[in-house]
This record gives sequence, C-alpha cells and structure tokens, in this order.
Amino acid sequence: MQSDWLFIALFLLIVAAFPGVPILLAGILGPRRPNSIKNSVYECGIETVGNTWIQFRIQYYIFGLTFLVFDVELVFLFPWAVAFNSLSLFGVIAGILFILILFIELLAAWRKGVLEWV
Amino acid sequence: MALSQIIFLVIAAATLVAALLVVISRNLVHSALWLIATLFGVAIFYGFLSAGFFAVAQVVIYIGAIAILFIFSVMLTRRLMQDNSPQINRGWPLALLLAILFFGGVLGMYNTWPEFAAMAPEMAAEANPLEQLGLALVSPNAYVLPFELASILLVAAMIGAIYLAWEKK
Amino acid sequence: MSFLTDPINAIADWLESLLLSLGLTSQAVTILMTLLGAIVVGSFGLMLVIFLIWVERKVYARIQDRLGPNRVGPWGILQTFPDMIKIFTKEYITPIGADKVPYNLAPILSVSAVLLAWAVIPFASTVVGSDINVGVLYIVAVGAIGTLGIILAGWSSNNKYALLGAFRTVAQMVSYEVPMVLALLIPVLLARSMGVNSIVQSQQVWYILLAPIAAFFFFITSIAETGRAPFDLLEAESEIIAGYQTEYSGLKFGMFFVGEFLHAFTISALTVTLFLGGWRGPWSEQVPLLGTAYFFIKTFIVYFIVLWVRISLPRLRIDQMLNFNWKFLTPIALVMLMATAVLEKILSTWLPTLRLTDSGVILIRTITHLGLNVLVAAGVIYLLRSYTIRREKVGQPRPLAVAPEPPASVLE
Repeated sequence: MQSDWLFIALFLLIVAAFPGVPILLAGILGPRRPNSIKNSVYECGIETVGNTWIQFRIQYYIFGLTFLVFDVELVFLFPWAVAFNSLSLFGVIAGILFILILFIELLAAWRKGVLEWV
Repeated sequence: MALSQIIFLVIAAATLVAALLVVISRNLVHSALWLIATLFGVAIFYGFLSAGFFAVAQVVIYIGAIAILFIFSVMLTRRLMQDNSPQINRGWPLALLLAILFFGGVLGMYNTWPEFAAMAPEMAAEANPLEQLGLALVSPNAYVLPFELASILLVAAMIGAIYLAWEKK
Repeated sequence: MSFLTDPINAIADWLESLLLSLGLTSQAVTILMTLLGAIVVGSFGLMLVIFLIWVERKVYARIQDRLGPNRVGPWGILQTFPDMIKIFTKEYITPIGADKVPYNLAPILSVSAVLLAWAVIPFASTVVGSDINVGVLYIVAVGAIGTLGIILAGWSSNNKYALLGAFRTVAQMVSYEVPMVLALLIPVLLARSMGVNSIVQSQQVWYILLAPIAAFFFFITSIAETGRAPFDLLEAESEIIAGYQTEYSGLKFGMFFVGEFLHAFTISALTVTLFLGGWRGPWSEQVPLLGTAYFFIKTFIVYFIVLWVRISLPRLRIDQMLNFNWKFLTPIALVMLMATAVLEKILSTWLPTLRLTDSGVILIRTITHLGLNVLVAAGVIYLLRSYTIRREKVGQPRPLAVAPEPPASVLE
C-alpha cells in the first residue's frame, strides 16, 4: 500500500510540472511587448469604472455553507458504506437516521427559502 | 537518515513556513492561500501515517469546502483587502517569551507521557482500516452517539445558513 | 505470450529486472519504476487531449451538418498540431494589478486537478496507476482542487467580471458536487469498498443496471462539474465573455482549454469505470489487453454521448441550474441512498437463507435493485406531475373584460 501512495505523491509532482513546463516555454518563445492599453483590464472594451470589487451577494456564501454541511455528512457516510457487510441492523438504522436528519434539514431549508438564487 | 525522514522534515518545514505566512501576510486572500498550503501539508502528514482516508477527507473537506468558504468570506468583507497597519507591536519580547515558555511546557508535558516516542503499532495484514472505522462509527459501544450528534451539529450549521438568508430579507 | 496479453506489465517486469541487475537498491528501483509509471500515465493523458480535440470538432461539425477540419492531414486529423503551435507563440498579456503567483498557478491547478484523477482509473485488471483503497474519495478530492484553481483564476485577474464569473462557477461546481458524491456513494455501497479497482471487479452485473438513477445523476452532475453545456453559463461566450478565463491569453488559456477537454474525457472514463463495468468484458481477466480495449471503447461511447448532449441542449440559467440541483437532484439522491441501503440490508439477511446458486443471487439482486430504482423514478414522476397539474389549474387564462349584457328592456 505504501507504493500506491508513493505513486500518488510522485504523480502529484509530475502533474504539477507537466503544464508548468510548456507554460514556461511559451513564455520564452512568445513575444513580449506590453503596453498600457493591452495590459489594461477588460471591461467590455471600455475603461474600467470603479474599484475592482463586486457586490458580493450572500447567496454565494449560503450555497458554500450548504455544500460544506453535506460534504461533511458524505465523508462520514463513506466508511459506513464500506463497512456495510459487517453492520448489524442497528448500524444500518443509525446510518439511515443520519441521512434522514439531513434530508429533513434540506427540506426545511427549502421551505425557508434558503436555496433561492435571487 | 532515511529518505522518508528527509522528505518528512522538508514537508514539515514547508508546512510550518506556510502556517507562519498565514499570520504574517498583509493581503487577506494571500493568507487564505497559505492556509490552503498548510492544510495540504497536514494531508500529506496523514498520508505518512498510512491514514489514507483521512488524507483524502482532509483535502475534500478542508481544501474543497472550508478554504473556499474562507475565500468567499474574505471577499465578503468590503473593506480594503490590504492591511497596512504595522506588523509588530511594542510588546513583542514578552509575547515571544510567553510563546517559548508555552511551547516548552507543552513539550515537557508530552515527554512525561511514555508513548510519545513510540512507533505506531503495526496493524494485522487483513485488517481493513476503513471497515473498522465504519464499524466503530455506528456500533453502540463505540461512537454511534457522537456520530448522530454530528448530524445534529450539521443541522445547526444549516440553521446558521437559514439565519443568514433570513437577515438578508 | 505474456507480452501479447499484458504488454504493459511485461515491459514493467523486464525494466525492473534490468534496473535490479544494474545494481540499484530495491528501494531505488521501486521509486524509479513508480516515477516512470507516473510519467507514462501523465503523458498519456496529455497526448490523448490532442486526439480528443479533433474528435470533438469533427463530431460537432457533423451533427451541425458541416464538415469540420478536413485540410490538415487525412480527415483533418493533424489539425490540432498547427493550433498548438499557434497558441504556443502567442503573447502572455498579464493585466495590470494581477496577482502574479495565483494568476500563473491557476491554469496549472486546473489541468493538474484533472490529470490527477487518472492515477486511480484501472485500464485493465492488472494495469492501474495506484490502487489505493480510498480511490473514490480521492476522485472527489481532486475535483475540489479544480474548484480552487477556478477561484484563483477569477480573483487574481483583477477584473470584476472574471471575479463574478469565478464566483458563479464555484457556486455551481460546489453545488453539483453534493449529488455527485451521493451518486458515488451508491456504487461504494454496492461494492462494499472505496477502491476503484475493487468496484470494477465486483461488477458482475454492471452497476448501471443495479443503480440506473445513480448512474444518470452521476453523469449529469459530472457534466455540470465540467462546466459544459447545458451548464456552461459560466463561459458562455455571449454573456460573461469568457468568465473567469477572460484575462488569460496564450498557452495559459490553452491550458484551461486542455483541462476542460480532458475533464470531459475523464468523467466519461469515471462513469464507465464505476457504472459500466470498466475493463470488464468477455475474456478480459485472462487477456488484460482486451480489458483495455473494452475500457476505451466504452469510454469513447460515453464521451460521444457527452458531446451529443453538449451540442443539442440549450443553456440553463443559473437559478434554473441551482434549483435543479438542490431541489431535484439532492433529495432524490438522498432518498435513493437510503432506499438502496435498506434493500441491501434486506437482501444480505434473506438471501443466504434461500440458498441459491451464485448466478441466482446476482439475478435476484439485479431485479430487486432495478425494481427499486423504477419505483423511485415512478414516485418522482408522479410527484412532479401532480405539482404540474396544480400549477396548470392555477394558470388558466381568465377572461379579461366582458361587455355586460344589455338589460332586457333595452333589447325590446
């Protein structure tokens, strides 16, 4: 098993290098003539107006938070699913209770209008 | 020194440097990015300890969800994302002394624990750690109560999200 | 003979004995062989993209009743090479105020995240990059790194439209990860293992027959994760220019492009591995090369379906996308998971008492799971239809204005 993780570690290094080397190469090969108009930030072809921050809507954060809750739940469920053969009925019901609590929570959030985009 | 030890020291040093940069960086988003590097280092440590599941779970939850939430919330603060106040205040010698004392104390306390320098016990070859973990999570004399309480905790987090959306309205 | 049936392992064994005879320690040989394996898998993924770009352009063109590239080489098969050379020599235009390190890191992260998933996909029964026992969660983790690359790209471009595009992209990708991981849990439950090769090996019946809803959801959510149509609001060329990729030029943009194509192929490979039996087929255990052939045939068929979906369906709005995800996919996936767990428990307690043969067990398992899926699908369709009927009654047109009847005395 150690060699499997070794593969992943080496693969990580290689996969970080594989796009990096062509990007560096292209940087060397390509022309480099920056001027202020080319380098200016693109805003539909006109000059930038205002600071570069946007009206941050709370919806982004809410979707991220909902995703976090379900993500943690799912990570808990993976070992439960793997150990399914040796689980007693109690174990299966405990897992299903876990999922059910979050299912009801999703429905409650839906009712309260959390999952809207507007 | 074995090769694995050298690699471990290098990664440990990198993680510590990244953790330091989280606190030192002036730009908030840079801090968040260094935090991601630190969390990734921790995931690699889990891999060293042959806890593959935790390494991957760390990446999924911390880097995939929590770090993204950090970046979102950093961008939610509408003030300037650059912190131009002086980095070091006048009480820094006392702070340094306290930090060293604290670290030394904790290290000394750990030294009195006999298992501090012990190696992890070798698991039986056919023991499937994932299956053991799954069994432990739902067996009544192990961790089923914290398991269910965790789901209630997640419900509490969702209620936080509901509250946020409520406020907006 | 073994070279013909299993060339990759034969070459690996020969190379290993060569290196050992050269006097290297066995640890160094392991590291070297692993490094070589990693390089082979990585370059294979990247080389495949060259072919995939041609396939996509030709298939698009033919579906749209035009020819596609046909000048450079027979059937235009060499078209990608001049395009690559062109994009190599373009200038990198870095916008003013861009944050250098995240700006340059983002395309690398984007491609790396996709390439990393190839480490755990089994190409044959004996050819797999890394057979870790947490393969499925590893795939999810790798997807999360891709999301990170996008947010880096959007933020570091110093362009509010790129940032907006990045936020919406991340909101979409992050939302669609929930039903994707739920759909991934069902093969893990059926196979009782998180290792990808174990899931393939336990698919005596393809999991698409045991869990069609899960397969369908995984397919749809993976397409949404890639950011392809019909979920491609975020790089909709007519709306938000190129979204988070606006300020990228030259090969950095090329890398995002490569990452997207490779991602589409990777999700086809994953769907095939987890739901369509991977390398399984007649005689694929004895002759691993045949397993690889089956794998690629199935993957290209699924890839063709992905392309077909892209070119046929109109684009969804972001609120439609997110509603679809949170109000349709996630509840149904949760219900499916619970129902599958209950059914599996019932089967595993009752089936040993019936004392059937192996194939009898498989048959009963398939029929019961398929029945469960059909039942859940029917229930969902019934719920949707009852909701629609109610809406239709509400939306009946009312008469706007009716001239009053003149009183009878006037008519006389």
